[in-house]
Amino acid sequence: MNMEPRTLETKAEAALAEAYETMRDALPGGAGVARLRTEAFDAFRATGLPHRRVEEWKYSDLRARLKDVPAFAARRSEADAKAVLASAGEAYASVDRFRLVIVDGHFYPELSDVAGLAGEGVTVRPFAEALAADGEALLDLPVVALADAAVGLNAIFCADGLDLAIADNTKLTKPVEIVHVSGAEAASTAERVLIRAGAKSEAVILQTFVGGVEGTFSNTLTDIRAGKGAGLTVARLQAEAAGTTHIATATLTLAEEAQAKLICAGIGSGFARHQSFVAFDGENARADLLGITMVRDRQHVDQTLVVDHAVPHCESREIFKTVVDDGAKGVFQGKIIVRPHAQKTDGQMMTQSLLLSENADMSLKPELEIFADDVQCAHGATSGQIDEDLLFYLRARGIPEKEARTLLVLAFLSEAVEEINDEIVIEAFEGRIKDWLSTEE
Amino acid sequence: MNEDYPMLEIKNLHARIAEDGTEILRGVNLTVKPGEVHAIMGPNGSGKSTLSYILAGKTDYEVTDGDILYNGESLLELSPDERAAAGMFLAFQYPIEIPGVATMTFLKTALNAQRKARGEDELSTPEFMRRVKEKAADLQITMDMLKRPLNVGFSGGEKKRSEILQMALLEPSLCVLDETDSGLDIDALKVVSDGVNALRSPERSFLVITHYQRLLDHIVPDVVHVLSRGRIVKTGDKDLALELEKNGYADYVGAAA
Ligand SMILES: Nc1ncnc2c1ncn2[C@@H]1O[C@H](COP(=O)(O)OP(=O)(O)OP(=O)(O)O)[C@@H](O)[C@H]1O
Ligand SMILES: [Mg+2]
Repeated sequence: MNMEPRTLETKAEAALAEAYETMRDALPGGAGVARLRTEAFDAFRATGLPHRRVEEWKYSDLRARLKDVPAFAARRSEADAKAVLASAGEAYASVDRFRLVIVDGHFYPELSDVAGLAGEGVTVRPFAEALAADGEALLDLPVVALADAAVGLNAIFCADGLDLAIADNTKLTKPVEIVHVSGAEAASTAERVLIRAGAKSEAVILQTFVGGVEGTFSNTLTDIRAGKGAGLTVARLQAEAAGTTHIATATLTLAEEAQAKLICAGIGSGFARHQSFVAFDGENARADLLGITMVRDRQHVDQTLVVDHAVPHCESREIFKTVVDDGAKGVFQGKIIVRPHAQKTDGQMMTQSLLLSENADMSLKPELEIFADDVQCAHGATSGQIDEDLLFYLRARGIPEKEARTLLVLAFLSEAVEEINDEIVIEAFEGRIKDWLSTEE
Repeated sequence: MNEDYPMLEIKNLHARIAEDGTEILRGVNLTVKPGEVHAIMGPNGSGKSTLSYILAGKTDYEVTDGDILYNGESLLELSPDERAAAGMFLAFQYPIEIPGVATMTFLKTALNAQRKARGEDELSTPEFMRRVKEKAADLQITMDMLKRPLNVGFSGGEKKRSEILQMALLEPSLCVLDETDSGLDIDALKVVSDGVNALRSPERSFLVITHYQRLLDHIVPDVVHVLSRGRIVKTGDKDLALELEKNGYADYVGAAA
């Protein structure tokens, strides 16, 4: 029943195909989910991993990057998972929060504050369990995300993750941290995190991705659904070890009058892509997307976003800042789509990059696809270096060069940082940014 | 401070623009003793700002001959921040706006960096705040201005006052003021001059670049120089400024040719 493998199949593609054949019977979900996985797998067999001739992936050639794909991680013992978690280093150690722990793609309720969240009106289930109980509706995604190859791969392989549902009118008293840790043996993961914020609920979710080793391949998907009038901040901090590969997809669907802020900080990994798909599903909603990317050495970090204004009277704001040092590469691709009947759409996208070395490389592709006539949309993209006159001014006041450069990089990022507008997140992100700047040789 | 040397000794200084090699300074000689105020006047484009930038260590210019001695030692090999820590201060003709850098953060970073370079302890935040508030009040700078990013949205005159605030806080020993009076209204000129005069002391010297006699009524110089086409062509006492105000530079610029 399998399609003939393509002649030019890579080793990584063959490994993925083989992994599916081995795992398929054990993957969670009923017949509907299995059918969906099979369809996604057939599509993968037809097209393979995304590569530079696929327009959306032209700057981030995943097929070339993945020489091989390690086996998908099995579930560890609780003690083992605890040890992996302890070795990872925490971004929010000093913050009073509810913590949920995912190790190598598997959710560990025993290590998580499930009971505490239940007391606040939040239901948390392992995604495997949720999928078995509720079926393929949990895998629904915005249309703009459906054709993406990494999204397809996540659908094929997602074995666990978590399902977090915030009841209507619930205002969380503390932030929720979802920690994704990868262990010290190279493995593949494809967890799915579903966040459903009920009508008029309010929450701050901190998602951190840490750990991993050379060869780790994570293909995570976080599906955020903001209910009517919900107020949601999801701050994603991706800071894995240097040799890892991570495709981090986030989808965000906004119901009427929802306000959501999605923040993606890409600091770690050897090769990472944050792809965010935003869909407006009800009128008078607003989405703020903020991106902070810092890369050095031979890192490659891509921030790609598609914002789909499918209904009228919605607002979106995108501010993406990238700092590129050494021979690293940054990518920004941003597309705002305004559908024919989405009148009174207000969409503003801004991306700026700061190149700290001669060899630093940045690819920028902002796009507007507007099919409605009564809209306000704009985008701006710039790329530059540290301004020598500013540097001289600071140094003339006695600030040594390195410290002066640090101040100027922070100044460059400040616009995006200030827009976060949440003290806990700002402090954690600034801490990471300063660490990054101070480890510069 | 070394009592045996003048504070600043500029000897036969030749300098050109690094990028295209255009010579701007063509043999400047100038000696400033501790406690003295020297004024430098001269036509537009004669090299006054260039001289101030070279003193501060800007790398857009190359010194091709001569030397700059500060307390008897050459400055030329020192970086701008090392010069600042050693007591050099340049109040810029055109102070720069730095969006994203909070004024307070900047002031504290600068002050503590200099203290650190001199082997002194960092100032505590309350002590730092006390000093800033006191000096800002003297210069009629509001706390609201200090809450903004550095110089961002400041009027021309506010920027100049902000430069003098930095100078008062950093307590340098050699203060180079490049047209600090331009853009100031009459009252602000008085405030700024009072601020400068409050800093005058036997251990602190000033090099005041200006086009107008009016500033020198407030900050009375010991010596006045005329710089023309990269050379000092005339040196006199404060009456020279009065004479220039009346007759212009015509009598002196010819001499530089
Ligand atoms: N970085 C530079 N690049 C090109 N030309 C320069 C540069 N710096 C100075 N110059 C030129 O050198 C000359 C001297 O400039 P400078 O700014 O020192 O004059 P100034 O005496 O301060 O004039 P003003 O009274 O107008 O402020 C001018 O002709 C100026 O255009
Ligand atoms: Mg000038």
